Amino acid sequence: MSEILAHLTGVSRTYQKGKERVEVLHNLDLEVPAGDFIAIMGPSGSGKTTLLNLMGGLDRPTSGKVQVGDAVLSSMSNSQLSHWRSTNVGFIFQFYNLLPVLSAQKNVELPLLLTNFNAKERARRAGIALDIVGLGDRAKHYPKELSGGQEQRVAIARAIVSDPTLLLCDEPTGDLDRETAVEILTLLQTLNREHGKTIIMVTHDAQAAEFANRIMICDKGTLEHQEAA
Amino acid sequence: MKYFGLIWKNVWRKKVRTSLTILSVLVAFLLFTLLSAIGYAFKGGQDAASAERLVTIDKVSLINLLPIAYKNRIASTPGVRAVTHATWFGGYYQNERNQFMQIPVDPHEYMSLYPELKMPQEQFDAWVKNRTGAVIGQELADQYDIEVGDRIPIQATIWTKADGGRSWEFDVEGIFSTDDPRGVTAYMMFHYDYFDEARAFGQGLVGWYIIGVEPGADSVQVSKAVDAQFANSPNETETTTEQAFSASFAKQLGNIAMIVTLILGAVFFTLLLVSGNTMSQSVRERISELAVLKTLGFEDRAVLGIVLSESILIMLIGGLLGLGFGWVLVQGIAKAVGAFLPGIYLSPQAMLVALGIMVGAGVLAGIFPAIKAMRLSIIDALARA
Repeated sequence: MSEILAHLTGVSRTYQKGKERVEVLHNLDLEVPAGDFIAIMGPSGSGKTTLLNLMGGLDRPTSGKVQVGDAVLSSMSNSQLSHWRSTNVGFIFQFYNLLPVLSAQKNVELPLLLTNFNAKERARRAGIALDIVGLGDRAKHYPKELSGGQEQRVAIARAIVSDPTLLLCDEPTGDLDRETAVEILTLLQTLNREHGKTIIMVTHDAQAAEFANRIMICDKGTLEHQEAA
Repeated sequence: MKYFGLIWKNVWRKKVRTSLTILSVLVAFLLFTLLSAIGYAFKGGQDAASAERLVTIDKVSLINLLPIAYKNRIASTPGVRAVTHATWFGGYYQNERNQFMQIPVDPHEYMSLYPELKMPQEQFDAWVKNRTGAVIGQELADQYDIEVGDRIPIQATIWTKADGGRSWEFDVEGIFSTDDPRGVTAYMMFHYDYFDEARAFGQGLVGWYIIGVEPGADSVQVSKAVDAQFANSPNETETTTEQAFSASFAKQLGNIAMIVTLILGAVFFTLLLVSGNTMSQSVRERISELAVLKTLGFEDRAVLGIVLSESILIMLIGGLLGLGFGWVLVQGIAKAVGAFLPGIYLSPQAMLVALGIMVGAGVLAGIFPAIKAMRLSIIDALARA
């Protein structure tokens, strides 16, 4: 875990809200070692999701530098960021965000459409990802035919199918009951420990955060302190 | 092509809405097909210089007949290879609903000017020999189940017989057909000599002349030369191409070409509004899904392409169905009214234009929703979801 995967240096992010300028992140520094599992907690509006968006190349800082691996995200074009996201990062959302018109298998295959794999290879890889999350037998089911926990597992399979180094999870258990949440968190832990994925998880839930290696508290635009999990 | 599965699934996201939109596209292209085919008949033969056959009618009105004596004078005109005549008989078969074209002609002259009409030689010979013999087109034979050897009565609406009767009886000696897909065979021919002798009035008059132009001759010059011969006579003439002559029958109903153009314009304008609204709704209700695609790494232009492709696909499904149904209808209409308006034909050019309109309308209907999808901010869209 000694190699640093993500560096954030002096990162600020300001939004214009009407006539008012709101500074969501203020001069933030962060280093994320490869293979780490970090939980970021904090009150609503503290900048947790903004931080996640910056590390995922969905947003750019107003000032400062965001680097993940060799890629300096803060200076990349939209097109470059799209390409980078497709191969380096997997996203897991609170509400799963599966495409309802596609089966579980086809949802998982979506990121692979951006590769040069043929249909057979895409199907094979999606099958493996679904097996990893324990849903190999639900491949042909549509999202409306799955439970919340199963939908989130499909979303996780979609996030890992292109074998990214970094997984960014925004409240991944926020819409699930306790028992299912534990299953999902255990799965994330397995992906971290056995598959070497670096995971950054935003959560309001202290029990969920316990599954991470480290917990960081985001408040008023800064990472105020961190504690061992 | 690898996005086709995704595009196809998105198109059918709301099955009822998509089906209704496709139905409206289908109706629009069905109309386009029918009106194009009819329009083809109207515009035919306007380029006189390339015409192989010319038609000479009375300058004042087609209703006015021309003297048979004009035939030799036309034949002597420079550039004229052959000349014959025909006359509108205007009868019906069995009952008044069974109206088709019957024309008294000179068999040898007429058939030599229409080499595209095919008939077994023995049938032609039998027709020539039988004064009350007639030949009918394959379309008529099929429609009324008429065979060679049948004796058919035709009730005259114009030409009463010298004995006062209106029923003309003919022996069917032959059935003619044509290999030209645009060719019309929904009419009947019989001997002019018999007709001229048996009719109660109008002896020595014909309806129109058909002129075969010498190879290499300028049709426009030949037309002018023919008409010049009869200038200032009691029966001045007007010589045009054969198709323009045929279209003149239908044009008596008014400027149909203009009317159909206006109808099509209105139909396609409405179609754009309907399909544009469908695409706008489709994009609005899946903002978060489009944001997810972008999050996964789909570039802006890929999202633009996916939404545009959905719009074009809807147009193609409805348009091709409309074109298919239209083609079937055109065949039926061409058979039903081909005798009065020959040349109803769905040309390959019209089909290409239809394909172009499908793609163009698809782009127009989808471009604004597609641009909206392309410019979508991932963060805003996910926050709204």
